[in-house]
Amino acid sequence: MKRRGLFYCQLGFTVLVCLFMIVPVVMSVLAGLTENYFIGLSSGLTLRWVEEVWRLYSDTIRLSIQLALACLVLTLLLGVPAAYALMKSSRRWANAIEEALLLPVAVPGLATALALLLAYGHHRDFRDSWLFILVGHVLFTLPFMVRPVLSVMRASDMQRLEEAAASLGAGFRQRFLGIVIPNCVSGILAGALMVVTLSVGEFNITWMLHTPLNKTLPVGLADSYASMRLEIGSAYTLLFLLMIVPLLITLQWLGSLVTRRH
Amino acid sequence: MSSSIAITLKQCGRTFASGHTALEPIDLRVEAGETLVLLGPSGCGKTTTLRLIGGLETPDPGGRVWFGERDVTALPIEKRDVGMVFQNYALFPNMNVTDNIAYGLRIRRLSAGEVRRRVDEVMEMVGLHDFARRGVDELSGGQKQRVALARAIAVRPKVLLFDEPLSALDAKLRDRLRLEIGTLLRRLGTTAVYVTHDQAEAMALGDRVAVMERGRIAQIGSPREIYHQPHSAFVADFIGSVNRIAIGGTRDGWLEVDGGRLFCPRLHGADHAYCRPEDIEVGDPASAPISGRVVQSFFLGQSQRLLVDTGGDAPLQVEAPARRQWRRGEAIGLSVASDALFHPHHPLTFGQAAAHG
Repeated sequence: MKRRGLFYCQLGFTVLVCLFMIVPVVMSVLAGLTENYFIGLSSGLTLRWVEEVWRLYSDTIRLSIQLALACLVLTLLLGVPAAYALMKSSRRWANAIEEALLLPVAVPGLATALALLLAYGHHRDFRDSWLFILVGHVLFTLPFMVRPVLSVMRASDMQRLEEAAASLGAGFRQRFLGIVIPNCVSGILAGALMVVTLSVGEFNITWMLHTPLNKTLPVGLADSYASMRLEIGSAYTLLFLLMIVPLLITLQWLGSLVTRRH
Repeated sequence: MSSSIAITLKQCGRTFASGHTALEPIDLRVEAGETLVLLGPSGCGKTTTLRLIGGLETPDPGGRVWFGERDVTALPIEKRDVGMVFQNYALFPNMNVTDNIAYGLRIRRLSAGEVRRRVDEVMEMVGLHDFARRGVDELSGGQKQRVALARAIAVRPKVLLFDEPLSALDAKLRDRLRLEIGTLLRRLGTTAVYVTHDQAEAMALGDRVAVMERGRIAQIGSPREIYHQPHSAFVADFIGSVNRIAIGGTRDGWLEVDGGRLFCPRLHGADHAYCRPEDIEVGDPASAPISGRVVQSFFLGQSQRLLVDTGGDAPLQVEAPARRQWRRGEAIGLSVASDALFHPHHPLTFGQAAAHG
């Protein structure tokens, strides 16, 4: 009897927490589909606001995806070799460098952005291009690639695996591509998931670095909340969800695929 | 594989960046086709020596490593043509058994047919043919180490290196694999260096054994030499059990010891001697040269180990036949043959040792 009571308590609590998180999302989505939010659902459903958002902000969606993918490529190219180097270096140095890599996450994004502006803002062409925002995103997301990859490398005794491959005659390139990379795929995928998620949703740094011509989705969202009808902001949220959810599900699925294969 | 090569180390030391000296400069030669076992407690430098030979470590300036006539000091491991077996197997988790074994052959760009033939051959050698398609995570520890062994010998290396390959296995399996590795090494005739802290492994596998202590080679020789003529108390103690017997005085070739006396003119003037538990013979307390009392007995199956108090600081360890039972406190007589007593500074001559071995 007592256990049953506890079970229902836990279930109730879980449901409450879920509702607490889900209800606002549903409200927001509904608001984006409602003719007039102040009147309520009785005013009827419409796709008008979604179309409006698409007309006004489709560029931001394109830029966000472009940024996220470019950011992913760069963090892969920088992060995986960095993790490899950290694995090989002495523990003391590796820890210090790992901490340093985490700094841009701990420091408020606005401060990071300001520093970038102060340092590179006078290069006009660079400052005006989307690459400037990309630099901010890479700074911010790099540790989220390095950490999971490094921990997988450490857990799988990568150094020993590499020595074994070397003893069989494999040169550095063969070892790195044939042994190191395939055996930390799970870490790479976990990192990729984080990097894409964070890059798509990043606001602080992007808001400071963006120009009127280079707006990402979250910046556009802030824009529309500030200056448009509530329904438009909500429809924007809906589009955001439509974009990010399939992307994340795909990455998750890829991850589970790889984990199952091992 | 018939053309095996010798390995020569000249003044090879290794000091790490932290300032810790893992290995004092040593000279070492492994003859072609020989199996040399490096034996010692952890931190004695045996693994460092192995890694120097393999090329995973570089000796401090001045040290040189030769494979045959060739100076390989500057070559990394992938250029040295060695096969290595690690304690924790180090199998590639992203490949199945066959691909693991074929890895070194594919690196060498052998034809697909040749790769298949050689993989089949070594899998047969180590008894793995039923596991070809298995993932490495589906194997037991013993099977994993067999795969690692097959992978190392598949490339037909000039030198085989073993870094405590059996330490992670349970006792029964360890015994079996030890025999298999021994048979395989004799069959291949490849020069091999084998690191272990297990003296039974060292005895069984080594043509010669180098006992190491704190970055130095304490003694090197055949297992029999090491066992019966240890050059130091450390070696004697590390290989097998040993009794230290205090000598009160010597007269006419007789040594005064606790509980009686022993005849051994060779040890005249020594203040202590050593002997192995299995070299102490049990006899009648009334007539044996040493008498004592049984303190404790441990039944081992094929024999039993007695602790006998003869009035000295520590009881003597005696290996006695398994069938006879002794009660605690029972009087017992002991004797030790003259050539079974030893002292590092009073070595046996070769003839005496041969009689013993």
